[in-house]
Amino acid sequence: MHSKSYSYKKVDKIVFGMLSPKMIKKMATAKIVTPELYDREGYPVDGGLMDIRLGVIDPGLRCKTCGEKLKECQGHFGYIEFARPLIHIDYAKVLFNFLQCTCRECGKILMPEEERQKILAKIDKYLQKNNVDSFRKASKLAKIMCRSVRKCPHCKAKQLGIKIEKPTTFFEDTKRLNPIEIRARMEKVSDEDCLLLGLRPEYARPEWMILTVLGIPPVTMRPSITLETGERAEDDLTHKLSDIVRINQRLFENINAGAPEIIIEDLWDLLQYHVTTYFDNEITQVPPARHRSGQPLKTLSERIKSKEGRFRHNLAGKRVNFAARTVISPDPKIGLNEVGIPFEVAMELTVPENVTEWNIEWLKEFLKKGPKQYPGANYVTMEDGKKKKISAETQEQLLQELTPGQVVERHIVDGDVAIFNRQPSLHRMSIMCHKVRVLPGKSFRLNPAVCNPYNADFDGDEMNLHVPQTQEAMAEAETLMEVQTQIMSPKNGLNVIGCIDDAVTGNYLLTKLAEMPKQEAIMLLLSIGVDEPDRFRKFKETVNGKEIFSALLPKDFQFVGFSKNCKKHKVCEGKKCETDSFIVIKDGNLVSGVIDSNTVGEGNGTLLRDIHRLYNETTSVDLFGKIFRLGIAYLLKCGMTIKTSDADMPEDIQGRVKEMLESAETDVDKLIADFKSDKLKAGVSMSIRETLERMILQRLNEARNEIGKLIAKSAAPGNSSLIMAQSGAKGNILNLAQTAALVGQQALRGKRINKGYRNRTLSLFKQFDLSPAAHGFVRHSYKKGLNPYEFFFHAMTGRDSLMDTALRTPKSGYLYRRLANAMQDLKIEYDYTVRDANNAIVQFTYGDDGVDVSKSDGGSIDVKKIINEVEGAD
Amino acid sequence: MAVDDDLLKQYKGRIPEPLLKTFREYADEVGLSKANQKKAIEKIEGRYLNSKIHPGEAIGIVTAESFGEPGTQMTLRTFHFAGVAEANVTLGLPRLIEIFDARKDISTPIMEIYLKKQPKDEKELEKLIALIKEIKFSEVLAEITINIAKMIIEVKLNRKRMKDLEIRDDPLLKALRTTLKTVDILDKDDLLIMKPKVKELTLPGLYAIKERIKEVHVKGIEGIKQVLPVKRNEELILISSGTNLKKVIEIEEVDASKTTSNDIFEIAKVLGIEAARNGIVREVSKVLHDQGLEIDDRHIMFVSDLMTTTGTVKGVTRSGITGEKESVLARASFETPIVHLINASMVGEIDKLNSVVENVLINQPIPLGTGLPGLVTKMKGEKEDEQ
Repeated sequence: MHSKSYSYKKVDKIVFGMLSPKMIKKMATAKIVTPELYDREGYPVDGGLMDIRLGVIDPGLRCKTCGEKLKECQGHFGYIEFARPLIHIDYAKVLFNFLQCTCRECGKILMPEEERQKILAKIDKYLQKNNVDSFRKASKLAKIMCRSVRKCPHCKAKQLGIKIEKPTTFFEDTKRLNPIEIRARMEKVSDEDCLLLGLRPEYARPEWMILTVLGIPPVTMRPSITLETGERAEDDLTHKLSDIVRINQRLFENINAGAPEIIIEDLWDLLQYHVTTYFDNEITQVPPARHRSGQPLKTLSERIKSKEGRFRHNLAGKRVNFAARTVISPDPKIGLNEVGIPFEVAMELTVPENVTEWNIEWLKEFLKKGPKQYPGANYVTMEDGKKKKISAETQEQLLQELTPGQVVERHIVDGDVAIFNRQPSLHRMSIMCHKVRVLPGKSFRLNPAVCNPYNADFDGDEMNLHVPQTQEAMAEAETLMEVQTQIMSPKNGLNVIGCIDDAVTGNYLLTKLAEMPKQEAIMLLLSIGVDEPDRFRKFKETVNGKEIFSALLPKDFQFVGFSKNCKKHKVCEGKKCETDSFIVIKDGNLVSGVIDSNTVGEGNGTLLRDIHRLYNETTSVDLFGKIFRLGIAYLLKCGMTIKTSDADMPEDIQGRVKEMLESAETDVDKLIADFKSDKLKAGVSMSIRETLERMILQRLNEARNEIGKLIAKSAAPGNSSLIMAQSGAKGNILNLAQTAALVGQQALRGKRINKGYRNRTLSLFKQFDLSPAAHGFVRHSYKKGLNPYEFFFHAMTGRDSLMDTALRTPKSGYLYRRLANAMQDLKIEYDYTVRDANNAIVQFTYGDDGVDVSKSDGGSIDVKKIINEVEGAD
Repeated sequence: MAVDDDLLKQYKGRIPEPLLKTFREYADEVGLSKANQKKAIEKIEGRYLNSKIHPGEAIGIVTAESFGEPGTQMTLRTFHFAGVAEANVTLGLPRLIEIFDARKDISTPIMEIYLKKQPKDEKELEKLIALIKEIKFSEVLAEITINIAKMIIEVKLNRKRMKDLEIRDDPLLKALRTTLKTVDILDKDDLLIMKPKVKELTLPGLYAIKERIKEVHVKGIEGIKQVLPVKRNEELILISSGTNLKKVIEIEEVDASKTTSNDIFEIAKVLGIEAARNGIVREVSKVLHDQGLEIDDRHIMFVSDLMTTTGTVKGVTRSGITGEKESVLARASFETPIVHLINASMVGEIDKLNSVVENVLINQPIPLGTGLPGLVTKMKGEKEDEQ
């Protein structure tokens, strides 16, 4: 922002075309004639490939063309003149078409004049409208029409069959056509005929596809690197080019010396090979040119192609400054929209601050600290645009000379905006804006409540941080990307941010049965940042958990909802509900109900969504943080642990489990017996065997589910695992049942395990054993331990799911890339239509109603809720 | 209290129809007073206007993200039994890819055939199934042999099976003759003698003909390999593996308004592009629902609209939607860049830099979101400045 005048230039369009030999010579600054690169002193040879007219890559040298030094000179093209013309590999197919479709004598297109005019008129129309696609289609038809014409309609000359021997050898009948002959024929093709065959002569003439000169890219495009040994390693392109120049010189010499035709042709073919591989070194019919080490050279095509090519790696993928990356760790005490940054990072990342008369004193404080103390500054940019580093020597002077108009790059401080990101960036919540909070420590700190949108955990994950450098960028980041603006997912209109793990358990326990003296309650609330005294005024001597939770809520907040354990009675029992599942908040007071993952969790936090809908974003993100911290603080106070005894069962329950298991096994035995005696009836569209499998699977799963229910019912009320499952914080009843009672059937591809030896899964079973145990039924619990074959079956399903994940990731990644590429330029226009880059309408109203999913309530507008609110307000 | 019709009329067109409908129904149910009705509907309109999407929103990328992100959570399990007695269906990620690719030969073509009237008994049902299910000649053969000496094929019919399937001789012979035009067919009691009319008949040629004979379509609808009756919501429907929408909806007993296929191209061909668009919506929803993923309908509708907006079904591939893009650079940066550059060079294609990638490539602001609006202003002495 130091420059006073803005010159804003925009690239309007890019036109593609071919280079004519004339153009190549015109562009070139040097003719390359010798394959040598450097002379004995290591100075680039004139007329060599590293000629300093082509630009410089050595520090100290100056470019002969523009007089600039390294980095300032962007390089200049050169050219070489071929002794004999050569075919450009990427246009070989087009040349083939031209040879087939034009007369060998007169060079006219093999099409009656009448037809020719007709198509020409059509093409003319297309081109006027700039309709390239239709032009291509029309010329393709023309090609097909002329391809097999045997007699020229114009000069009546007989045509011979043209064949191509890939990649670059052409034959007419059996006689080989050399590039000179082909070029001669191409020169005869008229401009109009070019159009008919799909070339626009202003941009591309067929004879240009046969190279007589070759442009030499500037040295800056193929820099050599100096190895530690002092040796110079040249770029792959330079290697290839020097091959071309060498063979070309040899060819010249041989021709001038009048060498036999065979030798000349051999050299010519060799030169063709080098030029072909110079353009593309991955052609199937051509052995790739290699380094001495045997590794193939990376020539022009390979530089552009694929993920590591110029397009996807360098052009579509940008690199930036003012970024940091380190390991992340959790800190529930900072806000959801904050990010903890280590001092070390804060002293590297800076924000440019324009010096004005109003902030000069403030900025001087930064300057005084210098780059080595926090909060200091690293650079000062003068009015003339010169950047000066702040160091012990320059500090004093810069401080004194500081005047409005300069720019100070000061360290980031608390409250600055930063953009935080975790890869893979699968959705827009993967990059969000946070407020800076500089903290001691070496890792980035983030509130665990925002783990979900980033899909982060703390097992060593690293994240990236960017600091916007302009006022526009900062304002945009703050208003469009900050955490509170991203609470609702555009995927389905549900909240991606909510309480997790301990925060859920804590709130659950707090609102379920907690009770504490007034002082303790106030201390608890103060510890999480609730510091308005009138919040505590209502408290009596003993305060229950619901009252504590209510202290967070806005005073005019009304809410009705159900908790996770709601039994869904036909007629809701309301406040008399035995599981206390009917949640009522009246005027900011939690009257009844327990808070759990259904109200404050991620994805389905109905309470959180209502708060977000009714109050502004900053209030709600602040409140989310408080609810989160309240849960954690309470849990810290009352203590929570899972222990092995959580999975202990009383004797009688153990007996019942055993009974249930045995009954299931007898049932299965009976099924097998029925099957063996052919008494089993086949189900629809299944064989008897399939029916049996299906029934066994059903019976065994039924048994496990029953046992799961029994365990849930019989577990001690203080069982931590159960509390976590019930509150929806982590795990489910099944996990507990698997640890306490039995693991159950291991299913592979939806069936029992049937792989292994002939007619049996493992060698310890008898052949044709259909019993549960022989097909992956694990009847032991995790706590008791699995026996060897159970362990093996369990490992089988485990491996299967691992493979599934490994195979799925690249597949879904590719689908995503394709979708993103196809849809990236679709946008909502000002008239609310959805249009693509060419303004073609895709939808007249987005999603039929023009509603933004992330602003909706789970995908729609909850009319019933609004009516209830209106009704309730009376 | 009944809902005020005048009020509804007033808000018609201002609030989407479905919302108005819920409003009418629920306000009726609660018995909302007139004053409150007005209050509520005002609030609804306010909410609706607040929820409207902003111009400039990069809705395409949001939609792509909405599919891409949950894609990682999907299973690869190819096959799945939906319910107890239904056929195998490809589901999960492979099916989603198949739909978005707009593949012409899908791995498990399936039809859901609804009936106008519920069949009275088993017999009626069986009759109906026999009408639909394809029967090939090989199913009614008892024996098929090649007589090398005479260079003919002799076929013995399975009379019992034919009776079961209600196939009489005449239609069978007619079917054989119309499909096998190069073969002479002689009916000799129980034996059919088939003599190819080809001049120089070789043994391998004869074998090929034998295989062709076996494949002759005799009865039912071509392509329908299996038909299963299934109860769905108290209604008996037929599920077929293999599809032939055109022929099936021509059957009188079939309710053509409900009967569907999961082959998008077939729907497009038989029922038109709008039906194909709805077909994509339905098929994608089915996959997502089965995986327990919640993705808003708007995204599904949007992809479907994009795939069908040109009038033909286009896949999300380099030959489909991406390949149709006007910008050379946009196509080149996706896949096969060399091909696109070479082709562009021959016709002097112009890239007007209208969409996103091109502008990213050359470091310019993209025409989306905050990069979309421009400023129109009259500058003083603009012309002098330029010169």
